Parts: sequence; structure tokens; C-alpha cells
Amino acid sequence: MATEKVVLVTGVSRDLGARFARLLAVDECLEVVGLDVVAPRHDLGKAEFVRADIRNPVIAKVIAARGVDAVVHLAVVATPGSAGGRSSMKEINVIGTMQLLAACQRAETVQKLVVQSSISVYGASPRDPAKFTEDMSPRAQPRTGFGKDAVEIEGYVRGLARRRPDVVVTTLRLANLMGATVDSHVTRYLSLPVVPRAMGFDARLQFLHPSDAIAALRLVTSDDVAGTFNVAAPDVVTLSQALRKMGRPSIGVPRATAPLVATLVRQARLVDFSADQIDALTYGRAMDTSRFTSQTGFVPRFTSLAALEDFVAVSKLGMLSPERVDSTLDAARRVLRTGAVRNG
Amino acid sequence: MGEAEIIPFGSRGTRGRAGRAGAEAESEQPSTSGGSGLGSEEVPPTPRLGALLSQLTRLASRSLGSLASVPITQLGRLAADPLHASASLAETLGVDWDQALEQTVAFLRERLRGDYAVDEFGFDAEFTSKIYLPLLRRLADSWFRVEVRGAENLPTDGSALLVSNHAGTLPMDGMILHTVVYDEVGRHVRMLGADLIFKTPFSGDLARKTGTTLACQEDAERLLASNQLVAVFPEGFKGLGKPYADRYKLQRFGRGGFVSAALRAQVPIIPVAIVGSEEIYPLIARAPALARMLGLPYFPITPLFPWLGPLGMIPLPSKWIIEFGEAIATDELGSGAADDPMIVFNITDQVRETIQQTLYALLMQRRSAFF
Repeated sequence: MATEKVVLVTGVSRDLGARFARLLAVDECLEVVGLDVVAPRHDLGKAEFVRADIRNPVIAKVIAARGVDAVVHLAVVATPGSAGGRSSMKEINVIGTMQLLAACQRAETVQKLVVQSSISVYGASPRDPAKFTEDMSPRAQPRTGFGKDAVEIEGYVRGLARRRPDVVVTTLRLANLMGATVDSHVTRYLSLPVVPRAMGFDARLQFLHPSDAIAALRLVTSDDVAGTFNVAAPDVVTLSQALRKMGRPSIGVPRATAPLVATLVRQARLVDFSADQIDALTYGRAMDTSRFTSQTGFVPRFTSLAALEDFVAVSKLGMLSPERVDSTLDAARRVLRTGAVRNG
Repeated sequence: MGEAEIIPFGSRGTRGRAGRAGAEAESEQPSTSGGSGLGSEEVPPTPRLGALLSQLTRLASRSLGSLASVPITQLGRLAADPLHASASLAETLGVDWDQALEQTVAFLRERLRGDYAVDEFGFDAEFTSKIYLPLLRRLADSWFRVEVRGAENLPTDGSALLVSNHAGTLPMDGMILHTVVYDEVGRHVRMLGADLIFKTPFSGDLARKTGTTLACQEDAERLLASNQLVAVFPEGFKGLGKPYADRYKLQRFGRGGFVSAALRAQVPIIPVAIVGSEEIYPLIARAPALARMLGLPYFPITPLFPWLGPLGMIPLPSKWIIEFGEAIATDELGSGAADDPMIVFNITDQVRETIQQTLYALLMQRRSAFF
């Protein structure tokens, strides 16, 4: 990048957006404008904060006034609670994206659009292949919650790519974020004192460490790689494995009652779920990331297991913590050994 | 058509096996070369349901007799001091109690801490080889007394697609096949299973942990591309849940999806014939109305289930023979062959015929369903 370019980053009040804007602003050649409706809770570094609502047409004025070259859209909300209800969440995700894309289409200066999408677009069902590639369509179309929003967002983004072929459009389908700094429905779920789970199912979970997510976003912001890509750690961990690492006991609930349990947990303000995320934690799902790796050479630094361990390291362990497991096993071993020797 | 000539009916695989199979199979051979004449007159005798049950009663009374010969004092001692008794039992069996204890504790610690890895399909190799297979091995060796033939046809490296008949109400044949192949060549067989397995609580979990994944083109190709032995049961629930009267009659072989997967990956197809699985739960009725209510493809009613409750779920101790046929090479056909339905149908039929004829040959040699 020769002269100074202007990059607009939406959703900077949240952790991922703030960290990305901060990293981007380190580059001298870039002028980074961070956008959100609420003031950022995290340090934005050299990035400049502009308070604006992407659901409002005023966004077009911001883009025009700044002569924005690239837009990185991270203002998507995964759970209803953080947005103040499902309808508000849908408005931020879908209407917000529509407004932003409308402004981008009008702005001649915009040459690049990067959109954060999600593994949720693949839905989750027992008929899923082990790993989704970008070309596969969901076996169970997400009908509710974040999955549906993500599918709609991608639809509008494809529309823009069609109408403005000169703009390099990149969509990154990120796996569930996991790491020391992450606060999401998955991390809160794993942190419950006793974790309710669909009985007889052990979901495969695929994670992405936030530092890898930011590195991937940074990569597609500086290089031109148009298209849709899965971004995740290559491996998977199972839900039961994650719970053991967290030292959490779990109780199985029949799958038919899982939505009810999720509602109770949500109303107790313990974990914020959207309906489609229950299926993902029942049947599990994973993405094939080979397309992104082969096109960009990007390899995540954290495996899913390492990302999980990064989170476990800063979490309060539950009642089945490794220390307790060890001491119980040691006690059992002593009893069995002395018992055998005494009588022998 | 050029390709069609490469894969004639009544393959070299069948002939090669017939040579080993002995005189009875040899006499059957002329009718196999036709490829289509599977008339009921050539079906070898398998016990009818009544005969099967009387054989079973004889077997049961015999084993009860041998159980009575165990001295009652030994059992009493085991109950009084189980710890010491099992320790001394371990000693007589030549097992180091302390070492076994250490190993068990170390294993449990690793498991309970979550310090293990599963692959992208959810396959837990450690659980499978340390818990699942040892349990099944006892079942295969002592209960079903599995006899393996043609193990030299199993490749020790590279991928291959095992295609087998499917029977027995519950997919026990897949589990036993996994055990047998692991014991023969030390490789895990990765099964392809119907979506119902993954929809059902516990079964889907166990299936994924032991290496099964969904039977779809994507997963089959992913497994075959990563040097795995993959097993598929193209009959699916049609074969598994067929009535006892239709035993050892192969059902329709799906739509040949397994063949196109093998063609695309250019891996050999190894036909597998399993004898014995039909008799473990002889299915006399499928109770379709009840099955619909429970969301199952059929509700099994066998001579023992559901009448005896959980006891009825004990499989009958039939005598098993598993024969691995000669590999059918697919690499010489080129990758374009997968898109030629005629080639796919021909190979599907060839594999089906090979398995069916091998089943008949094995049945001719088996003295009884249980011995």
C-alpha cells in the first residue's frame, strides 16, 4: 500500500473489533476509523473512534466524508442478550449490514469489503458431513437465530459483489472464538457450575483463537483474496472433553427438552443462547479450512485444543478439577494396593 | 464399450475364492458365471427358525451343565473378599496386579482430565483400542468364535473400501468386522453409517468415537483420501432389518454411491462376506406401526425380544465366518469412470455377486448355525 489508505472497521466496541482496529492502526500507511454505537470498552490504540449507527443512512456520509478505501464489517451480534433482544439483534445484523452495504455500493472510493460471517451458516444436524467446505450447503437450513442472520448477511454481501465487481469482497466464516479473553455463549456455557447437555450426544467443537481471527482478518485486509472462506483451527475437541478440561460435571437432558432447558438458562441470565446454537452443541459441526490455507498460506497458531486450554488456564475450574481427580485416583490406588497386599 | 470389458461378471475375485473354498463351492460355480440366475434352488441350507431354536436350546443346556461344575466354594470366596480374590486370581493368570493398577490409574487420569485427542470425524483412537475393541474381542473370540479367511487380501497400507453384507437387526457385524480387521492388520476400519445412527442418542456418540461417520460422498472421499480403510454396508437398513426368512439374500446395493466414491479416489474395493450375523437376532416381525411411533426403521421382534426384556438383547451365539475377497482394482479405469453410470452399475453388480456367491459357498461349509 503506497499512500495512506482509510479503513473503516465496524463493531469496535467489542473485543474482537477493538483488537483488530488496534492491530491495523499500527501500520503507518493505514488510517483506521473505528465505528460503533457505544463507546469502545477496549483501547483502540491509534485508531480513531467515530460514534455512528450502521442501521442509520448517516453511515453513507461517514464513508463519503472520509474517502474510505476499505470496509471491514465486524458489527455482527451472535446472541440476543448482548443486543437487547432478538428483534434488536436481527436489526443490527441484517438491517445494519444492508445499510452499510448500500453506503458501500454508492461510495466510489470503496475498493474492498471484508465481512465477518460465521460457522453458523452451515446449521447443524445429524445429516451433516464431518467437515463443511465452502461449497457445501447446509443440510438443515438455519431457520432461527444467528445462523439465519448470517445466511442473510452473506446473501446481501453476494449481492454487492455482483453489483460492484470492482470491489474485492471477502467473507470469512469464523469458527466459535475461544481463548483467554473470549466472552461468548460457548465460554459462558462451559463455565456453568453444572452443565446441562443433550443426553447421549457429544458434539464436535471447532474453535478459533481470537489472535488467529485477527491475523486472518488482517491478512485479507492487506492482500486481495476475493471469495468466501472458512477460518478455524484444523482440529476438533468434543464437548465432553472440553467439560473435563473445565472440571465441570454435566447433566444429560433428553434432546427434546433441550430448548426448554436453554430457555430456562437464558432467563436465569446464565448463558445467552439463540435457538440454532443448541443444535450445534448437540450434533456438533466443523469446517474444512483447506481453501483459505491454500490461497493465503494462513495457518492458525492455536489448535482448538490449545485455544481451549488458553481459556481453561484463566478460568475457575469446576468441582471435577484435575487436582481433585488426581487425589481421588491416588486414594483409590492406595486402597486397592494395600487391600491386595494385606490379604496377600 | 471399452470400459465394460475390463470388468466382466463373475470376476477373478470369485474364481480365486472358489478355488480355496473347496468342493462344495466348486459345484456351485457354473451357475455363478451367468451372473443373474440367483434362483432359490441354489440357496444352501440354513436352519429354519424352529431348527435354529432347538439347536439353541441344546447349546444352552450344555453350557449350563459346564457352569454347574465350577466349585461353589470359589464363588463364595470371591464374594467374601473380592479385592484379595481378584488379586490372587490375577496372580494365577500371570498378571502383575501393581502394574495393572498403575496402568489403569494412569489411563483413567488421562481420560478424566480430557488429555486425549479425537480426529476431525470425532474418532477417539485411544478409547477404541483400549476399551471398545477389547470388549468386542471377547465377544468375537469366545461368543461368535469368528473364523477369518482371506486376511491376506487386507492391505497393510494405503486406502481401500471394504464392502460387506449387513444383517442381524443391530449392526453387530460392523463392530465385529472392526475388531477382526484391527487384529489382522492393526488398522482401524472407518465405517460409514446411516444418518439415523447419528440422530439417535448414545448410538451416534459411540459411533463417532469408534470411527464411524455419516455415509455421504463427502465423508467417504475425505476418509479415502487420507489413507484409511473404509467399510461400507450398501444394503443399509434394508439388509439389517430383513426378516429371518430372507437370511443371506443380499438386498439392493443402494445406488452404487460407494463405487463412485472408490472410483473417484481410485482405491481398490474389497468384498467382504460375513456369515453368522443373520442368526444373532432372528427377526420374525418388524412391528411397523410401533416403529413409526418410535421413529425407527423397524422395531425388532425376535424369538427372545422383547419377551425376555434385556435378556432378549443377548445375541445368540452363532458361529461366524468372515471372508475377505480379492481386491477389485479401480485405478486402471481412470477418475472419469465415476461419472459413467454404466461402469458404476457394473462394478456394483460385480461386488454384489461376489459377496452373494461367497456367502453361499461359506454356508455350504458351515456345519450348523451355532457350531
